[in-house]
Amino acid sequence: MSSIAQYLLNGLMQGTIYGLVAIGFTIFFGVMNVIKFSHGDVLTFGAFGGLVAAWVATALGFPIWLELVFVIVAAVMASAVIGAVIAQGLVLPLKDAPPLNMLLMTMMVGTAIRECIRLFFPNGTNPQKFPELLPSGGFDLSGIYFRYDGLILIAAGIAFIFLVQWIINRTRLGLAIRAVAEDGETARTMGINFTLTVVIAFAIGSMTAGVAGALYGLYYSEINYGMGLILAIIGFSAAIVGGLGNIWGAIIGGYLFAGLQTAVVAFLPALSDYKNVIALIVVVALIAWRPTGLLAERGSERV
Amino acid sequence: MRDSKGYAWRIGVSVLALMAVANVDDAFAKEKVKIAFVGPLTGAISQHGIGGRNSAELAVKLKNADPATKYEYELVTLDDECKPNVAVQVVTKIASDNSIIAAIPHYCSAAAIATVDIFHRFKLPMVIWAAVLPEITYAKKVPEIHRVSGTLIGQNRVGAQFMKERGYKTFVSFADSTDYGKSMNKYFTEFTKENKNEILGSFAVPPDQQDVSAELTKIKELNPQVIYFGGLTPLGARVRTQMEKLGITAQLEGNSGIMGDAFISAVGPELAEGTLTFFDSPPLSKMPGGKFFSENYTKAGYTQAPEAYGPFAFAATNLVMEEIERVGPNRAKITEALGKIKDRQSIIGPITFDDYGQNITPLTTKYVVQDGKWTIWDESEYATGKRKLKNLP
Repeated sequence: MSSIAQYLLNGLMQGTIYGLVAIGFTIFFGVMNVIKFSHGDVLTFGAFGGLVAAWVATALGFPIWLELVFVIVAAVMASAVIGAVIAQGLVLPLKDAPPLNMLLMTMMVGTAIRECIRLFFPNGTNPQKFPELLPSGGFDLSGIYFRYDGLILIAAGIAFIFLVQWIINRTRLGLAIRAVAEDGETARTMGINFTLTVVIAFAIGSMTAGVAGALYGLYYSEINYGMGLILAIIGFSAAIVGGLGNIWGAIIGGYLFAGLQTAVVAFLPALSDYKNVIALIVVVALIAWRPTGLLAERGSERV
Repeated sequence: MRDSKGYAWRIGVSVLALMAVANVDDAFAKEKVKIAFVGPLTGAISQHGIGGRNSAELAVKLKNADPATKYEYELVTLDDECKPNVAVQVVTKIASDNSIIAAIPHYCSAAAIATVDIFHRFKLPMVIWAAVLPEITYAKKVPEIHRVSGTLIGQNRVGAQFMKERGYKTFVSFADSTDYGKSMNKYFTEFTKENKNEILGSFAVPPDQQDVSAELTKIKELNPQVIYFGGLTPLGARVRTQMEKLGITAQLEGNSGIMGDAFISAVGPELAEGTLTFFDSPPLSKMPGGKFFSENYTKAGYTQAPEAYGPFAFAATNLVMEEIERVGPNRAKITEALGKIKDRQSIIGPITFDDYGQNITPLTTKYVVQDGKWTIWDESEYATGKRKLKNLP
């Protein structure tokens, strides 16, 4: 029993990261019908932004709690800025182009970000050690080992998910985003600044990637230029299986994917090398069963 | 006007004189011979690759400084990123360049096994400096292939015997899913069973997998006395770090893949303490030419450590240059000459290639991390009983 709880705890951390990535996909699709394949690389960009902030904070002699705040804020801001630039500079000008062009553009932007990090970041090809800014160690409770850093990061990730949900559903900005998602033309006639709203929505969606990147770095103490690739595939799969366009669907998809990976290792340890393959096969089966996802978006509710 | 003409005339004469001197120098210059070093110079394993590259470069520098040599050597260095596809590309590039006479390739077995046929197809002789997968030399007889490092068979044989002598009974195998990791797991399983010990489970993950907590949770449930690790430093460091984070107290048994300063610096001296490994060489200080190598390495001003396989890269490069000196810069002649190497003295000890080009003289040595350093078991406080390994029965 304690082992199952331990698996759940481990899966919860991975699921939180996947869920955060999936939320971004769902926001972009909800607002602009765009599948932004550069999302994983925006996550990487945010994580590297956090790493640079950590170096600066160390050089300036910041206390560790301030360094932590600085790292997270830098990761979030770096992702938000690049997300907004992509929206303003590429997504909006191409909004009337065929969907295939948009898809190709986002893939190319992702590759450009990835290669820029690899080529221009100092020793960019090598994995970078991310500073350990959270308390190490943990405690054992009924055979379950709780890591302090894991608990803090899960709490932070879930808190951010709720923050995004609150922004989208409870604020005037969220109302504007939902209006644009529903019908851009009508939103315009109601006095909503369409361009600004789309740019802000992309910035918020990219912020989720920044948070995921920072959590990833803080949890695994290592980041690398290619980390966004597999996270993007998993995050996109999670968003699809949950129901693209539905935030709760993305979150469920994220935890489901992490749960599948963990279940393969727990129940079929000999197949642990194939956990991603098996999880993706299950995702394909779920999509075949429910093509619109587990929580399909309702006609009257996007994002 | 007259002054400027005179000035131009003087410059012209000076240039001609310089050209004449240069031509005289050329006439006496040694013939340039290119050899290639291939290793992971970027990526997660780059510390080992750079250590090997520096060591090969040092061998070339020392050889070029010797006035008695017939040739001047140029080392062409290429990065295989420890990836088979990249290794195939760079080896094809050097193999198809006829000015390159021989190669000293590969730290990673996955890269080395992928390029064997290319070396053979282009008849480019090579001496591997690190990759330990047995199949690289033993899968088939390829005249161009030689290896100064040992194979992983010896490490696993010695390791299994050592663990039995300590009284350990239950093991879990955790390896990467490359050919190298699979081979490690295969020989670990074979020798552990030969020693009548029990393997409770075997896990394989891709070498770049970040999160191994699910696998380790299962291992915690199986509660082995020892976790055997068959992979390279980055994954090994993740396993050790995440073992601690999950409160797993099993003894970690490694292999040559985690041997080197990189593992200790990646996990920190506290977590590395007590980690065991089995490696086909005594420490640098006990190698026949260890003092010579380390003095020159320091003198050359390299800031990165040579790592465990640096001396092997040095020995392999030297061996290639010695044969070029003897038979001339000709691929076929060097291949033939390398195949006949017997009891050749080198800084790592005598080198003898068997019929498959495999050096059969490496001496497997047991190591344990003590106070942030790989220490020979017999000289450690663990051997005297002052310190204890984990989970000893």
